[in-house]
Amino acid sequence: MAKKIKEQVQPFTWSYAPALESKDHIQLKQQYELFINGRFVKPNSGKYFDTINPSTEQVIAKVADANPKDVDSAMMAAKNAYDKTWSKISAKERGKYIFRIARIIQERAREFAVIESIDGGKPIRESRDIDIPLAANHFFYYAGWADKLQYAFPNQQIKPHGVAAQIIPWNFPLLMAAWKIAPALATGNTVVLKPAETTPLTAMKLAEVMQEADLPPGVVNIISGQKATGAAMVQHPIPNKIAFTGSTAVGKWIQNEIAGTDKKLSLELGGKGANIIFADAALDQAIEGIINGIFFNQGHVCCAGSRLFVQESVADIVVKKLKQRMETLIIGDPLDKQTDIGAINSKVQLDKINHYIKLGIKEEASMYQSSCALPSKGFFCKPTLFMHTSQSHRIVQEEIFGPVLAIQTFRTIEEVIEKANNIPYGLSAGVWTDKGSKIFNLTQKLKAGVVWANTFNKFDPASPFGGYKESGFGREGGVHGLAAYLQQF
Amino acid sequence: MTRIAVLKTYKLFIGGAFPRTESGRYYKIQNKANETIANVGLSSRKDFRNAVVAVRKAQDAWQGRAAFNKSQIIYRIAEILEGRKVQFVEELISQGSTKASAEKEVQMSIDRCVYYSGWCDKYQAIYSSVNPVATSHFNFSVPEPMGVVSIIASDETSLLGFISALLPCIVGGNTCIVLASSSKPLSAITFAEVLATSDVPAGIINILTGKEKELHTHFSNHMDVNAVVYCRTDKAIWKTIAQNASLNIKRSFWWNKDWAKSESENPYLIMDLQEIKTTWHPIENIGVSGAKY
Repeated sequence: MAKKIKEQVQPFTWSYAPALESKDHIQLKQQYELFINGRFVKPNSGKYFDTINPSTEQVIAKVADANPKDVDSAMMAAKNAYDKTWSKISAKERGKYIFRIARIIQERAREFAVIESIDGGKPIRESRDIDIPLAANHFFYYAGWADKLQYAFPNQQIKPHGVAAQIIPWNFPLLMAAWKIAPALATGNTVVLKPAETTPLTAMKLAEVMQEADLPPGVVNIISGQKATGAAMVQHPIPNKIAFTGSTAVGKWIQNEIAGTDKKLSLELGGKGANIIFADAALDQAIEGIINGIFFNQGHVCCAGSRLFVQESVADIVVKKLKQRMETLIIGDPLDKQTDIGAINSKVQLDKINHYIKLGIKEEASMYQSSCALPSKGFFCKPTLFMHTSQSHRIVQEEIFGPVLAIQTFRTIEEVIEKANNIPYGLSAGVWTDKGSKIFNLTQKLKAGVVWANTFNKFDPASPFGGYKESGFGREGGVHGLAAYLQQF
Repeated sequence: MTRIAVLKTYKLFIGGAFPRTESGRYYKIQNKANETIANVGLSSRKDFRNAVVAVRKAQDAWQGRAAFNKSQIIYRIAEILEGRKVQFVEELISQGSTKASAEKEVQMSIDRCVYYSGWCDKYQAIYSSVNPVATSHFNFSVPEPMGVVSIIASDETSLLGFISALLPCIVGGNTCIVLASSSKPLSAITFAEVLATSDVPAGIINILTGKEKELHTHFSNHMDVNAVVYCRTDKAIWKTIAQNASLNIKRSFWWNKDWAKSESENPYLIMDLQEIKTTWHPIENIGVSGAKY
């Protein structure tokens, strides 16, 4: 997608020829059914909903809408598979199935990447280089744990929960499915997973992978649906484990709903990450980190660095450099390999982001938007900064989940720690400084589950991820991610 | 002529001081012969809220103490408790224990302090990890305290259940507000005297007395409490606690345990009240030819 750069910000102009990723090799059906007990079955509801391409607003496919009866048959299939096959086979063999899944995803990686970008709107560069490889790696990593679990829990007896009900969001569709399914299978659980309603396609393709891997029927069941489907999964008597990634509001509802039952819960919820830039930081590197922290995946990242704290003495230069860097971001067709920022995932989300942008203006923060042109069709949003914000601004306190950065300044370390922690969320934080002792001072005091020092938005299957406070509890990834899927006694 | 005994006033323990309950209400604790042995305060919502203010103030400093220092402070509790063994045994007997069971309970409580003292600077090493990420980053995960914890201690024992629940909490760098056994609250308050005369910083352990039915809502719905631990047996109360916990994604735990069992002391209770924090930092990668020897 060609783009032009505003003259007064940077004195030069260039444009790019489009470099589109091919769609020829991907296979998509017109209609997707539910994946229950190893087979694709029509929904009992008889209902389907459309999944659309957010960059063109065109319908890609129809997807089954699971009702409570469908949820019930998926749960029964998972329970049956747990009782009769999955809990009976040896841990070594269990692991080998998961290794197979990892390998098949690697083999079909480009197909998954293209579908992810079409269905969700994220730039192909990200789905190709981050989402899909990380998803495959996650299966590969946890596959190896299957027959080594006891080493992770010294002096403890461990046992799988049985059936795990898993509900995932739309920002990293396949990656979140991998984060949920891989550790659950490795620890010996069976799974019923519901992808988000706006991004069901890679999950349904993952169901094909499960077939291809010859995974015993019922071990993984994938059912598409909407809010009511997720609620029916949480309320169903069979699953002993609920794993949810999504908004804090829904997380609270789930925690309340299963209170007093024996169901175990892990929650990965919202965030409002503080990205802190000290005067002694390598500023150009920090600028890249800020850009990556807030504009990666259109800002649809629970751990996004959406609050920027700049030390006062470098605030002017940092803001100037940020604006310059924003002008070079390419916004447009997700399938263009040069695109930095793709489409906002849905109309609903775009409306929400625009609502917050209006709110920021109304609250008299000063706004700056990149001067890029947006495509005429599809859901797009300009990269946006708000300067002169304070702790009481709603754009500072609430999660926007879009490409909107709120900037504050600070003078002392004490002040910035206080401000960074003064929020109900506690998922991520970033620190940029040249001084090691300052890094460790901050990383100890920031109340966040993941702290990136002189880097941001990095993920790895070996690295635990999860929040403090209202960002949820339990960890995904690494050795610590195993605990969420095992009973210990 | 027989000497008139001096009776003790059992008050609350908040922020290192011994205030009376704000509610002005009390209930009677009786011995087996149905004689009143103490009037004990019925703590109120306001008492709990005052305790949260005190405990939040104490949190950062306690969390920031060196692990080795925490270890010595917990060990010091054991030392002081050992010196006042006789007093605790007598008090347990007055609350209905036999001499043998009272002695056993006090001994186990002291030994439990010694046990957890040792964990202060060790659980981190066992439950941390250096994570071999695929990119050029140094990445490690460490346990960190959740923060302020409210605990409704077991009703069955006066001292052992109380100590067994609060130790894994503070050993992990958390601070707490504990509701003492409702039917046998005396030893918990006497234990506060141990805390006040040992090296435990003021405010990190706060003790209320009263009824779980009146207090469980406040213990679980306060927005500045990070985790809630329930050590009694009422399923309906546990359900309410777990529901209230969802107001601010509070972590909630039901430690329904027989504290006299040896397996009821373990580092996994410490870990229940820990968050895992993961830190990343890039590794410079200029020379790709590897180490030179």
